[in-house]
Amino acid sequence: MNLQPSPTDEAFRAEVADWMRRHLKGRFASLLHRGGPGDEEADPALRKEWERELAAGRWTCVGWPAEAGGRGLSIEQQVIFHEEYARAGGPGRMGHIGEGLIGPTLIAFGSEMQKRRFLPGIVAGTEFWAQGYSEPGAGSDLANVQTKCWQEADGSWRVQGQKVWTSLAHESEWIFVLARSEPGSKSRNGLSFLLLPLSQSNVRIQPIRQMSGGSEFNEVFFDGAVAESGHLVGKPGEGWKVAMGLLEFERGVSTLGQQMHFAYEFDLVVKAAQANGASANPQIRQRIAQAWCGLRVMRYNALRMLSGGERPGLKREALIYKYYWSNWHRELGKLAMDVLGPAGDAISDDPRIRPLQQLFFFSRADTIYAGTNEIQLNLIAERGLDMPREPRPAV
Amino acid sequence: MNFAFTADQVMIRDAAQSFLADESGSAAVRAASASETGFDAGVWQRIGSELGWCAIPVAEEHGGLGLGAVELVLVLEQMGRQLLCAPYFSTVCLAANLLTQVGNEQALRRFLPAIAEGHLCATAPLSSGADDWLDAAAQIQARRKGEVWTLSGHCPRVPDAAAADWLLLFAQVEGERKAALFAVPREVAGLKIEALEGWDATRRFSSITLDGVTLPAEDRIDDASRIEDGLSRAAALARLAIAAEQLGGAQQCLDLTVAYTAARKQFGRAIASFQAVKHRCAEMMVRIEATRSAVYGAAALAASKTTADALALECAVARTLASDTYFYCAQEAIQLHGGVGFTWEYDPQLYFKRAQASSHWLGNADGLRERIAQALIA
Repeated sequence: MNLQPSPTDEAFRAEVADWMRRHLKGRFASLLHRGGPGDEEADPALRKEWERELAAGRWTCVGWPAEAGGRGLSIEQQVIFHEEYARAGGPGRMGHIGEGLIGPTLIAFGSEMQKRRFLPGIVAGTEFWAQGYSEPGAGSDLANVQTKCWQEADGSWRVQGQKVWTSLAHESEWIFVLARSEPGSKSRNGLSFLLLPLSQSNVRIQPIRQMSGGSEFNEVFFDGAVAESGHLVGKPGEGWKVAMGLLEFERGVSTLGQQMHFAYEFDLVVKAAQANGASANPQIRQRIAQAWCGLRVMRYNALRMLSGGERPGLKREALIYKYYWSNWHRELGKLAMDVLGPAGDAISDDPRIRPLQQLFFFSRADTIYAGTNEIQLNLIAERGLDMPREPRPAV
Repeated sequence: MNFAFTADQVMIRDAAQSFLADESGSAAVRAASASETGFDAGVWQRIGSELGWCAIPVAEEHGGLGLGAVELVLVLEQMGRQLLCAPYFSTVCLAANLLTQVGNEQALRRFLPAIAEGHLCATAPLSSGADDWLDAAAQIQARRKGEVWTLSGHCPRVPDAAAADWLLLFAQVEGERKAALFAVPREVAGLKIEALEGWDATRRFSSITLDGVTLPAEDRIDDASRIEDGLSRAAALARLAIAAEQLGGAQQCLDLTVAYTAARKQFGRAIASFQAVKHRCAEMMVRIEATRSAVYGAAALAASKTTADALALECAVARTLASDTYFYCAQEAIQLHGGVGFTWEYDPQLYFKRAQASSHWLGNADGLRERIAQALIA
């Protein structure tokens, strides 16, 4: 156990920090600390330009292998990149679904043609992606996908059905979809993984207005929407394997970057408490200290996750992580509003108030998406403690 | 930067786990804690001279192994898990720790080699303030006349005092701003040690009264130039040690509960298969792993170069979480054991009592959170 960074890593850290300082300014200055979860509607056009600025500096897809267009950075250096990016106030990444989800999936499961067609656009920040997994009847029970797909005589695929909670679909060119290709199949069997362009007449995108007022998420309706014959990933009927493989790519490298943003939000709360005198209230002081404890836990927990050779998905600290950070973040949102007091109840554009209100409202989603609290606790009990599994429907 | 344990660290942890599982099982803990001394002298002797655990944090120049906080934390976690009854914590985590951080050169040479060899038992107050023993120092007055110190006062809670050869006690000296540290031999005129009967019998406490105890000048053992930073560091490391024990205790509460709920059947199925039970066990695991991250993180920091303030803050975080997690897990263990969880026969009660008792040692969670708030908000 050693907390001292190596000189090479320190030099790399300085390089990232320096690049961010020189580029995240001028016309991009308005993006500082913007565009994260809950704020994804912040100036998408400018954020796409920022993606291309990053690409010009070779700072997109830094963890991808060089032959795929990435930098092939080590885990340690990826962590450093994400930390320094967030520390500098780098905006929420428009390209994160492409870079973090579909890109690695194509690298692992895609055909040569698919890699050639899609990876360069992700690396260059010119093509953006949406994720089509959840459906009205397939939330926690993701395998209960009802959207259908079938192959036409010319080899192309058609998709019929509805996806929901697709973030930024209206700002994206492409969507990847999990759909049932074998009629009558159930659960994980008979699913296929398809890539579709969003700009076609038989795709309709409808925004969902959130409790926070904004609309980062959408419903996407497919009415015989077309995917090219070569745009099925893996084999027909093996879509579940591809979809789950995708989750394996989450190595936790971006979690330390996420924590930098959490630390930034924590500082906003402390500043608000100092400004209005709430910081003298003993209960508020206790809760601020408690929130700080959580920040330290998340940092060391992430370092545990990233150390050693075990597969990260199987480690105890990795199992608890999503549940821990999402509940911590939700508590911070409540603390922020309690610090603000009645001032927090007024709809406000004050930069000292608005981000805290966004935090309060959007963090309610944190414990629901990507595995609800209840699903997380099932996973922890079953995988972490070997307790009996929930009964599953017969397949 | 690497957060993985070294092969040596894993070996030390595994050895501790296996030794303590053999020598400090439920029956052994119950027997030791019901005995007159409160511990098994044979086991304590093996820990000192055979296993060398007393030497772990002691510098090599003083006859120790010169290992760091990480190794110590791994051993303490197992001790807490098995509720080891022995004057290890008081000798190593209080006395040797204080000597190392604030002791003068002469005191280091005088006491540390014997502690490292496992030949000397020593202790210091486990007061309840979050103020790094200032509360303890305020209760004993020391006056110097020529080459002789005279100490009078009271110390309400000293662990393992009855077993200790030496008691390290804080005192106030007229005209000095800082606390002074004295080494008081157990057999000295004017010293009264009264055993306290505690609900938690796994760690024995005594109350100490000094009525004009006289000591030679050399028994004032603090190094004035190190006392300020040193007290902060020693208190931080002692809190980290408590947190490590608490972490181990919390883990055992979860392990006992998972095993019991797997075996206990109601409505024709193991109660572990009910979501209401699974979720509560999962919540225990979340808090335990969070605490583990904080404890290992603070240990890694303690083992590297850092300021006294940074160390104090990180160890306060670990200790706050560990106290809350331990009590939470102990109370859940009782609840999820159902009726038998309330009996003397089953073990959850032992952990429940230790969780409550240890929650006060060197500051409770509320007091430490206020200290954290002071550092963050001012």
